[in-house]
Amino acid sequence: MFNYVFSRSTQSMGAILLLLVLVFFLARLTGDPAYLYLPLDSTAAQREAFNELNGFDDPIYVQFFRYLGDVVRLDFGEALSRNRPAMEVALEAFPETLKLAIIAMTLAIFGAAVVGSLAAARPDGVFDRLATTVSLAGASAPDFWVAIVSILVFAVALGLLPTSGTGTPLHWIMPIGVLMLRPFGLLTQVVRGSMLGVLSQPFIKTARAKGVARKRVIFVHALRNALLPVITVAGDLTASLVNGAVVIETIFGWPGIGKLMIDAIVRRDFALIQSTVLITAIAIFAMNIIIDLIYAAIDPRIRHQQT
Amino acid sequence: MDKAERDTYPKAKRPDGPLRLVFRDGLATVASAFLVAIVLCAIFGPMLIGDLATKPNFRARNLAPFDLSMGPAYFLGADTLGRSLVARLVMGARNTLGIAAGAVVCSLFLGGALGLVAGYSRGVLGTIILRLADVIMSFPSLLLALIVLYSLGPSILTLVLVLAITRVPIYLRTMRAEVLEVRERMFVGAATALGASHTRIVFRHIAPAVIPTLLTIGAIDFATVVLAESSLSFLGLGIQSPQFTWGSMVATGRGYLSTAWWVAFWPGLMILLTTLSLNILSSWWRTYSDPHQRWRLELPRRLKKRIMK
Repeated sequence: MFNYVFSRSTQSMGAILLLLVLVFFLARLTGDPAYLYLPLDSTAAQREAFNELNGFDDPIYVQFFRYLGDVVRLDFGEALSRNRPAMEVALEAFPETLKLAIIAMTLAIFGAAVVGSLAAARPDGVFDRLATTVSLAGASAPDFWVAIVSILVFAVALGLLPTSGTGTPLHWIMPIGVLMLRPFGLLTQVVRGSMLGVLSQPFIKTARAKGVARKRVIFVHALRNALLPVITVAGDLTASLVNGAVVIETIFGWPGIGKLMIDAIVRRDFALIQSTVLITAIAIFAMNIIIDLIYAAIDPRIRHQQT
Repeated sequence: MDKAERDTYPKAKRPDGPLRLVFRDGLATVASAFLVAIVLCAIFGPMLIGDLATKPNFRARNLAPFDLSMGPAYFLGADTLGRSLVARLVMGARNTLGIAAGAVVCSLFLGGALGLVAGYSRGVLGTIILRLADVIMSFPSLLLALIVLYSLGPSILTLVLVLAITRVPIYLRTMRAEVLEVRERMFVGAATALGASHTRIVFRHIAPAVIPTLLTIGAIDFATVVLAESSLSFLGLGIQSPQFTWGSMVATGRGYLSTAWWVAFWPGLMILLTTLSLNILSSWWRTYSDPHQRWRLELPRRLKKRIMK
């Protein structure tokens, strides 16, 4: 297992390095940060001084190698827009997004497992048609629009929930509800599909013939076997969950890493862009490795392949 | 065989094709009708009411929906400048669907070509292409698109390209997997034995066998691309005014939520209905193309009722 984790980690390191190179050069294509940080009437000499101070006047490859050298010493640069170390700012925002994502994903997985299994238990029944339509709608709804409409209904019209910000538990309801919508929809489809496959297998008939209760057959015998594809899809969803988090954090004013990244991109805060991308990438790659390990723990066939 | 005998054995009916089966499923029928209507609107609508989308009309400022006093073009209300929302939705449909279609076609060609190379060549090139696809896949597409759009400057062309690049890995992986399987088949071996060149084998023998799968994925992926474009335009880094899509219409309407909710509501609803219809059809197609599940669609209605009981 250690071998496996080690080889996966080195592969991910390569990918992260590639990503950093890409982001480093792309970010510098956005333009001269001096125009954004100095007043409009600043002279060319002032802008030059600003760039020299921040090291933006060197050739781009010199900047890049200096950056790499700093990263090795765990110095990720200064966030221009906040006058603080970039990594510190990014690490402060990261847990906020993580909390949001973990709660949303857990709720989505449990909800999908229950709804998907019940739908597959009676294919084409009333509940199945309803669950399929609702989950398809959840998977196809534009999250920014759902967020806006729920603000309109629950905050503006009914006055039940706060429009944005953090603090009370009430602030969590709308961001989590909107964020879990798409994973819930997609996962319900996956659970339903794989349950349909499992339920038509002979061992289910045997269990029913033995006289095992219907509920027990569905949730114990079948669901355990139907969960494998769910874990794969849930893993693929982690990257798209960050997509959702960016949009939702912007709308609900959530102080997470997605909002931070958009701010950093718009303000040409190069060090902050790189730090946020680095943190997100590490989190996603770590998540992928963890999911592979869970997969191996559940399915013995894969465990033997890996070791 | 005399006449009586022929009557006792009814003529074997050919199984229904996909077109007839769609109309047996209520939901799928509604979805396809909606999509056809939207596409027709996007093609012909701008000719009919296109100028209402940009012409301010101060008598209709913030006109509430379902108010027919200004004529049927203002049925869904008007925005803060009094521009008809129906007309704007039609114009938005053209941009939204056009950009998404362009992106899907681009990523289909790009991903297909790269997948062919990655699957057919056994060299280093294939591995490099795959690793690149992994990097793109594992990073949030929206963030990548945001960074690229911000550095290259938002325009329709870059928007299409960025959307295409974020979706390329899906086509690439499928294409590669299919090519790996097809290249081992007998007819490819036969072509090699007859002295066919690599280009001929790839384009004349392998490509025709794998392209249908790619087209199916393209159709399924269309909804995802529509959503991605809408998110980018909503965040302000997609399409730029005076051009607009449904996504940027929601962004404009967001500022007037408490006074004129309909400005943001209708375009979002259009996105939802379009992607929902696409997803309903693709889930129908998944059932149809799965030989273990297809009977659910082919079963006559009266039999279905009996089985369900």
